[in-house]
Amino acid sequence: MSGWQQHLIIAPIVIPLVAGALLLFFDERERVLKAMISLVSCLALAAVAISLFRLAGGAEGFEGVYLLGNWPAPFGIVLVVDRLSALMLVLASILAIPTLVYALARWHAAGAHFHSLFQFLLMGLNGAFLTGDLFNLFVFFEVMLAASYGLLMHGSGSMRVKAGMHYIAVNLAAALCFLIGVSAIYGSAGTLNMADLAVRIGEIEGERRMLLEAGAGILGIVFLIKAGMWPLNFWLPGAYSAATAPVAGIFAIMSKVGIYVILRLSLLVFGQGASAGLGLNVLLYGGMATIAFGTIGVLASQALGRLASYSVLVSSGTLLAVLGLNNGVVTAGALFYMVSSTLTIGAFFLLIELVERGQDAGASVLAVTMEAYGDADEEEEEVEVGVTMPGTIAVLGTCFAACGILLSGLPPLSGFVAKFAMLTGMIGTGVTGEGPIPASVWWIVALLILSGLAALISMTRAGIRTFWASMEGTVPRVLVMEMAPVMLLIALTLALTVKAGPAMTYMEETVRNLHEPAAYIDAVMNARRAGVAEPSGPDGGGGI
Amino acid sequence: MELVLSIGIGIMTGSGVWLILRPRTYQVIVGLSLLSYAVNLFIFAVGGVKSDAAPLLEEGVAVSTMTDPVPHALVLTAIVIGFATTALFLVVLLAARGLTGTDHVDGREQPK
Repeated sequence: MSGWQQHLIIAPIVIPLVAGALLLFFDERERVLKAMISLVSCLALAAVAISLFRLAGGAEGFEGVYLLGNWPAPFGIVLVVDRLSALMLVLASILAIPTLVYALARWHAAGAHFHSLFQFLLMGLNGAFLTGDLFNLFVFFEVMLAASYGLLMHGSGSMRVKAGMHYIAVNLAAALCFLIGVSAIYGSAGTLNMADLAVRIGEIEGERRMLLEAGAGILGIVFLIKAGMWPLNFWLPGAYSAATAPVAGIFAIMSKVGIYVILRLSLLVFGQGASAGLGLNVLLYGGMATIAFGTIGVLASQALGRLASYSVLVSSGTLLAVLGLNNGVVTAGALFYMVSSTLTIGAFFLLIELVERGQDAGASVLAVTMEAYGDADEEEEEVEVGVTMPGTIAVLGTCFAACGILLSGLPPLSGFVAKFAMLTGMIGTGVTGEGPIPASVWWIVALLILSGLAALISMTRAGIRTFWASMEGTVPRVLVMEMAPVMLLIALTLALTVKAGPAMTYMEETVRNLHEPAAYIDAVMNARRAGVAEPSGPDGGGGI
Repeated sequence: MELVLSIGIGIMTGSGVWLILRPRTYQVIVGLSLLSYAVNLFIFAVGGVKSDAAPLLEEGVAVSTMTDPVPHALVLTAIVIGFATTALFLVVLLAARGLTGTDHVDGREQPK
C-alpha cells in the first residue's frame, strides 16, 4: 500500500483550511492574488475529491480509513471515505468551482473576506462528509455554519442582515440540540464513534436504549432543520433568497449535508437490530409534507429567488420521503436525484441574478400581480416581426429553459432520469417486492409528479414574464465569466444524462454498501496504524 | 448533587426557551446563552456526577473511581464554539439594530 494515497483522505480538510488561513494575510485590495489562491485551492480540492472517488470505487490496497494522530479506532478520531462520502466530496467540489468563478466576476468584491469564508465553508462541508464520529460532525457542522453566517451576510444590506439574524438564531438553537443529542448518545452508549456505536447498539437495553433513541431523535431534528423538513424549514426561503447569487449557489449543497448524515446514520446505526428503522415514518410523512409545502411555495412565489428557495425544499422533501421508504432500489434513484438537483439548483441560483439584473427589483412581483388583476398594456403590441434576439437574452433564455426542464423533471435532462429511477423503484418493482403497493407510496408518486407540474407552471410563467413580456426591454449586461459557470453546471447535468447508466451503477453499488454496514464497521474498527508492526507483513499501516 | 444539577439545568433551559421566543434581539441572545449553559451542564452530567475524582489512570486505580474525561473534553469544545457563535450573533444583532433602527427580531415594530 502506498502511503501518499492514504494521506489524500485528510487533504479535503487541510487544503481549504490552509488556503483560507493564508488568504487572511493579504489585504483586500490584492484581489487577483486572493482570487488565484482561492481558485487553485478549489481546483486542488476537485482533483483530490476525484482521486478519492476513484480510490473509494474499489482500488487495490486502499483503506478508506484515516486515523488522526495514529490513535486506534474507537479512541481516536477517524476520517472515513466510502463511496457515499466520496460522492458527496466530488459533488461539493464540482459545485464550488463554478460558484467561485461566478463570484470572481463581481460579488467577491462586495465585502471583506469572501474567499476565506468560502474556503472555510468548503472545509466544514468536507469535514462533515468525511468524519467518522459524532462529535467531530458537530465541530465541522459549526465550522460550516460559522462560515455560512458570514457568507449569507456578504454584501450587507438590511435584507441580508435581517435574514442572517433569523438564520443564525435558528442554527444556534439547532447546535444546542445537536449537543444534547450527542451527549445523550454518549451517556447511554459510551462512545461517539459511529462504527463503534453501530456495534454497541445491540447490547444496550431498557432505559439506556430509551435514552439513546431520544438522543438520536433530538440529533435527527437538527439534521432535519438543516435539510429543511416541514415544519422546521421556515427559515430557509428567507435566508436563501436574501443571499447573494454565488452564496446561494453553494448553499444548494448545504441542505444536502443534513440528508447525507440522515442517510449515513439511519443505515449504519439504525439499519438493523432492535432500534432498526427508528424515525423512518417521520422521514416519510415529514418528507411528503415538505414536498407539499414546497410545491405550494413554488406556485405562490412571485420573485425568482423565492421560487428557487422553495425548489430547494421540494428537492429536500423528495429525498426525505424517498429515504423514509428505506428501499435499496429507490434510495439509489434518490442519490442520483440528489446529485442532479444540487447541480440544478446551484445553476438556477446563479442564473437568477443574471436574469434579474436587467429588471427593476420589484418588476417581477409587479408582473405577477398584474397577471392577477388583468393586464393594462394590451394596446402596446410590438408589431416588429423577425427581430433576432440579442445573444445574451438567447443564452439566458436557453439556460432558464434548461433549469425549468431540470426542476420539473422532464426529458431529456437528468432531472427526468432521476425521477424516473425513483418512480420505477417505487411502482415498477414495488417496495415490498410482491403484493399491493402501500398507499403511502402512491401518495409520494402523486406528490412527486404534482411538484414537477408545479415547477413547470411557475417556471413557464416566470420565463414568459421575464423573456417575452419584459416590461423594460433592457438587455442585462452579462459577462462571459458569469455565464460560463451556469452553462458548465447545466452541461454537467447533460453529461449526467448521457452517462446515466454508469452513474446509476455507482449509486446502486453505494446503496448496497450502505445496506451492509459490516464492511464499514470492520474497516474502521480494524484500521491499521501507521508504523506499528502487523503480523501480516513488514509494511504495516500507511507509513509516512 | 444530582438533584441540584438537574433542577439547575431545568430552570436554565426553561428560562432560555422562554427568552428565545421573545421579540427583542437582546432577549434572544440572553436566552441562547442560558440555553448553552444548560447544555454544557447537561453534557457534564452525562458522564456521571462524581466529586473528588480525577480522570487520571494510574497503577492500582480502579476505573470505576475515576470520572469520565470525555464529557470534559466535549464541554470544553462546546464552550469555545458556543462563545464564538454568541459573539458573532451579538455583532449581527448590533448591525441589524443599526440598519433597521429597532431591536425587534423582524426589523420592524409590531403594529399596536
